[in-house]
Amino acid sequence: MIVLTIAVREWRSLFLSPLAWTLLAVVQGLLAWVFLLLVDDFRDLQGQLANLDNAPGVTDLVAAPLFRVAAWILLLLVPLLTMRLFSQERRTGTLDLLLSSPVAIPAIVLGKYLGILAFFLSAIALITLMPLSLAVGATLDIGKLLAEVLGLSLLAGAAIAIGMYLSTLTTQPAVAAVATLGLLLALWMVDMASATQGAGSDLLGYLSLQRHYDSFLLGLFDSTDLAYYLLLSLAFLSLAIRRLDDLRLRG
Amino acid sequence: MRVEKIMIDEILVQVERLARCYGDTRVVDGVSFVLFRGQILGFLGPNGAGKSTTLRMLAGVLAPDAGRIMIGGVDLLDQPAQAKRSLGYLPEQPPLYCELTVDEQLYYSARLHGLSRTASHHAVARIKQRCGLTEVSRRLIGHLSKGYHQRVGIAQAVLHDPSVIVLDEPTAGLDPIQSREIRELIRELSQERGVILSSHLLAEVQALCTDVQMMRAGQLVYAGSLTDLECQQSICLRIGLKKPPPLARLEQLPGVDQVDELGNGCFRLHHAADAAPTKLLIEQASDWELQELTPECASLEQIFVELILKMDIK
Repeated sequence: MIVLTIAVREWRSLFLSPLAWTLLAVVQGLLAWVFLLLVDDFRDLQGQLANLDNAPGVTDLVAAPLFRVAAWILLLLVPLLTMRLFSQERRTGTLDLLLSSPVAIPAIVLGKYLGILAFFLSAIALITLMPLSLAVGATLDIGKLLAEVLGLSLLAGAAIAIGMYLSTLTTQPAVAAVATLGLLLALWMVDMASATQGAGSDLLGYLSLQRHYDSFLLGLFDSTDLAYYLLLSLAFLSLAIRRLDDLRLRG
Repeated sequence: MRVEKIMIDEILVQVERLARCYGDTRVVDGVSFVLFRGQILGFLGPNGAGKSTTLRMLAGVLAPDAGRIMIGGVDLLDQPAQAKRSLGYLPEQPPLYCELTVDEQLYYSARLHGLSRTASHHAVARIKQRCGLTEVSRRLIGHLSKGYHQRVGIAQAVLHDPSVIVLDEPTAGLDPIQSREIRELIRELSQERGVILSSHLLAEVQALCTDVQMMRAGQLVYAGSLTDLECQQSICLRIGLKKPPPLARLEQLPGVDQVDELGNGCFRLHHAADAAPTKLLIEQASDWELQELTPECASLEQIFVELILKMDIK
């Protein structure tokens, strides 16, 4: 219950600043442009596709590429919203309010996490409306679309957990943002190493944020991928809890 | 009458041998004290004496390295959630979200302290009235003055009706009128509770507190009741002379231990507790043209200077 109170406060505070609105507008604007280009391409290709057996449908050719770009943009935006989560509270001293209240530290961390997650889920919902609008004139593969939405949500969840942990490490939001961006991009691109290095880099490939996301884009729902994102989120949430405990112990 | 007596003697906070290090420096070193209901306990000490650290540990924001803190009979370290319910804390910098309105901030704080939705609304309405925040309840905190920040901070600390209030420098940075209002508010709130506050203003502690403790380099160096202080016998005389004799002459007066020259013909004669040389001075009054003769009690300032400064010189 108290988790929800903290989550709602966090979510409301986001919308009280122009930052969240600007972010939503920019994401929607950029992706709308990408979406229109993709629909245009699809219309040009339609004639050739009609002659193919087992041809890729509109979900593969419009929705999947759109979600690939959306993942990139969200990865760039996550640091902007997570950077202030704890660093700002430490800087302005509001963390003392939370720590001196009878709320346990895991509840504080979870509340803040859910607040930011709710913001990104609303952004993802807005993005999903674009391919959904094609249902007016085409047949969508709803199963595939759901897999893509789930993949993007899980990716956002993991990225937020990482950003939140890094914001507990410093009192300077900008430092947290840069660190988060660096770590997210590194995790995203880590499978490049496995592509070029060959053997011994399977592990690196497994760690990649991108590789697990790709299978969702193909419409595959693999419990390994689900577990990967959930474990990643859980790991960084626990790290954040430990870090806050440490702040209380070490000062 | 008997019931009242028990109420007054009720122990709200019991701190035993509290210690805390930052790295290698011992910031708080073996601090023990007790707070009763109805007391306003003032913490005095120079900057860096460990006042804030002690209060932070008391509020559960910082974990002590050693020692025990009991709040209302509950161990703060063993059962933090339960102990923190009877505790209200205002840090040095009031923990406020600039983007929220006063109403939203207070409501959030009430919910954090475990009040239900309806109870929170009632508590917020009640405390706004008590702290004079009704007119600004819909204003953004970021747009309010420092005095209002402090008031919202105090309102937030007492919102959930805690029995212990911990205030870290509640009047720092306020103008004299605002400080007076805040002091009045604290006095009012202390009636049925226990208050611990820190300050670097001696006059404020003297005006507001019932008890005082002085800290120096992490240790308690003085603890006493302010009423005790006021009742003490004079230990020095302040005199003003238009034609002062040589200093040595004053020092030779029977009973005088030490003479401080204060300039402008004023002197402070330190004497043994029951041997004030008042009579001798009056006999000499016409020769020296005595203009002022004031017995001085041991004031908080003297104790402070004695304990803090003289120890530093050593």
